[in-house]
Amino acid sequence: MNAPFYKFGAFGDEASLVVAFVIGIGFGFFLERAGFGSAKKLTSQFYLDDLAVFKVMFTAIVTAMLGVFYLSWLGIMDLSLVDLVTTNLWPQIAGGLLLGFGFVIGGYCPGTSLVAAVTGRIDGMVFVLGAMAGMFAFGEAFPLLKGFYDSGDFGRLTLPQAFHLPYGLVVFLVVVMAVGGFMGAEWVERRFAPPAAER
Amino acid sequence: MSAVPDAAPAVARPESRAPVRAAAPYSNPYLAGVGLGLVLLAAYVVMGRGLGASGAVTSFVSWALSLVSPAHAKSNEFFTEYLEGGIGHPLKTWLVFEVLGVLAGGFISGALAGRLSRTVEKGPRISVAGRLGFAFAGGALMGIGAKLARGCTSGQALSGGAVLNAGSWAFMMMVFAGAYALAGLMRRQWR
Repeated sequence: MNAPFYKFGAFGDEASLVVAFVIGIGFGFFLERAGFGSAKKLTSQFYLDDLAVFKVMFTAIVTAMLGVFYLSWLGIMDLSLVDLVTTNLWPQIAGGLLLGFGFVIGGYCPGTSLVAAVTGRIDGMVFVLGAMAGMFAFGEAFPLLKGFYDSGDFGRLTLPQAFHLPYGLVVFLVVVMAVGGFMGAEWVERRFAPPAAER
Repeated sequence: MSAVPDAAPAVARPESRAPVRAAAPYSNPYLAGVGLGLVLLAAYVVMGRGLGASGAVTSFVSWALSLVSPAHAKSNEFFTEYLEGGIGHPLKTWLVFEVLGVLAGGFISGALAGRLSRTVEKGPRISVAGRLGFAFAGGALMGIGAKLARGCTSGQALSGGAVLNAGSWAFMMMVFAGAYALAGLMRRQWR
């Protein structure tokens, strides 16, 4: 058992920044490959004729989830050392809704807007400026929002803990859900695809 | 892209069109998803943490504010946390370096595929100014939402989703719910 390497002191903070840059390259590369530097491609998800957002996201979640699960099952990785953002249910529900509104209005999410901006999309650059303005506004209003921001606090909480189910069973259920979702997505795309002449 | 205008010059002189390289098609979504998932897995195995995006932008905003008005930035609990979050400098954080990588990786992929182009992504029924206005407004909503939710699509939905974080799954469902709820109103912008 020696993963996560950083948590076991395999390298220090300075070296972790190099790791960050390398991992970031992979992240940005695959976002762009998937077409996520394009607001039109991303928002097609919400008009049902191209569900790449769902497919890419859930394939990535399932891939990483299975990797993390099997590495910890084999005793190679200590899951308890993995950073988890605390669950604060109410602000996460409200924030999720705002993010969803922002997604279909602005055409991007923060990560994809960076890829859009660096590949020349002017709307992506403007979106990044908007996100900065929003974060500034949030920071200025933070004294007023702090109560809500800290509400619904469940601490470090995973789905297996929340539903009192074994970790492996939840992993299995997510895989089943994803595969069902992929089959559904292929069907929905065929149903809502524009006629061939328009493509 | 209609097939008709492309076909005519191609018959005459295919080579003459070579410098204007057509953008390569996007990857198969499942393959891109596996690639993205392996990058995320690498982050968990090597670092014990997931990917992110919005946190780096917040570090940048906090740092910029501290240059303009140091006293004001230091009086605010939210900005102070980001100003003190770096390794000796507010911008020397894991997420800022990761986002620099995202910019490099996105550029490399776009360049290899011939997809670097200075354009505005929009549907045919909206003006450029209108689209940019919506991009700014949507970005602002996203900035507020990401801070409220303690992360964005990268840090919460994708990274938290893979380690079965309960709050991340609640967040992710609300993102899709919110986007579908307004999709009808926003149709003119995209279609």
